[in-house]
Amino acid sequence: MKFTDTIFNGIIKENPTFVLLLGLCPTLGTTGSAMTALSMGLATTSVLVCSNCAISAIKNLVPDKVRIPAFIVVIASFVTILQLLMKAYLPALDKSLGIFIPLIVVNCILLGRAEAFASRNSVILSLADGIGIGAGFTIALTLLGSVRELLGSGRIFNLEIFPETFGSLIFILAPGAFIALGLLIALFNFIRNGRTS
Amino acid sequence: MMTYLAIIITAIFVNNIVFAQFLGICPFIGVSRKLGSAVGMGGAVTFVMTIATTVTWILQNYLLVPLGLQYMQTIVFILVIAALVQMLELILKKIAPALYLALGVFLPLITTNCAVLGVAILVTQKGFDLMQSVVYAVATAIGFTLALVIFAGIREQLNFTSVPVPFRGVPIALICAGLLAMAFMGFSGMNFN
Repeated sequence: MKFTDTIFNGIIKENPTFVLLLGLCPTLGTTGSAMTALSMGLATTSVLVCSNCAISAIKNLVPDKVRIPAFIVVIASFVTILQLLMKAYLPALDKSLGIFIPLIVVNCILLGRAEAFASRNSVILSLADGIGIGAGFTIALTLLGSVRELLGSGRIFNLEIFPETFGSLIFILAPGAFIALGLLIALFNFIRNGRTS
Repeated sequence: MMTYLAIIITAIFVNNIVFAQFLGICPFIGVSRKLGSAVGMGGAVTFVMTIATTVTWILQNYLLVPLGLQYMQTIVFILVIAALVQMLELILKKIAPALYLALGVFLPLITTNCAVLGVAILVTQKGFDLMQSVVYAVATAIGFTLALVIFAGIREQLNFTSVPVPFRGVPIALICAGLLAMAFMGFSGMNFN
């Protein structure tokens, strides 16, 4: 039971984007379309799940003083593996996500979960936490990507919802990323707390 | 000379690291509540980014490339940056205590500032030589400081306005950042290529 609770905790109560406001750089930088947003979410999730499990497994072997550098090396290794795999099998996606793939290393979500969760809990629970937080991040990114793609070009995942001429290009460009994320967080706050709190 | 000028103007205004490249958003949102701390963070980032880019450029071109180890780039760069920040903290404490007091709080935060690692990777992707890389790093850091300081000024004013409850705090700040990014888009008409 604790396993599923941990997963849902990551998706809703501790949603990394809407509640904890972590990892905003990829959130803004890769959500120009729903597809790139979803891929970025999945890429981050895969690294997060692996690093959470590995860090939880070695937590008793690492001296407390060199904890953070050790965690960073573990995360950087998994990011490098992902980078090489993507270059080999998904070169087009690798190009469109560009610098944001190596920058998964400095995504505060990963180090944050390693420090706050994986270094204190069992491997199984850390796996659940990785899946939950990763899913929360992926859902938030895909939502923001869909909203921006829809408002900007009238499409979601390249499916036409309304003609492109009615779209407002600004939502696909840089300023739209900030504005759309601001509106979504406000909406999330509104749903959680109501009009007054 | 023209290329340096082009690099500087592009990095500060046209391709501003925060508004056009979405790097360093966490400190941009986190440390922009007060003008004073925004200036301090900007100074610390300028300092670290310049030194980190220089060191990583040298490592990349004289160690990783000759040995054919380019795939180790991410791991090597992040370790170098983390070690560098620690070392800078120690050195500053000894040599320039005044500067340390001014920047001290912000230094540890910089390890996870994706702008520093981002610029180190970007200069290798762009194929800049050492001088161009240093100029690019300094200009990018100035662009970051500029964005941070303008934004902090706006947020200090935001405190005095009445904002609907769900928008209070970060959401309204993000929307203001969006408007600011729109203003910076005006610079994209300047083309140096």
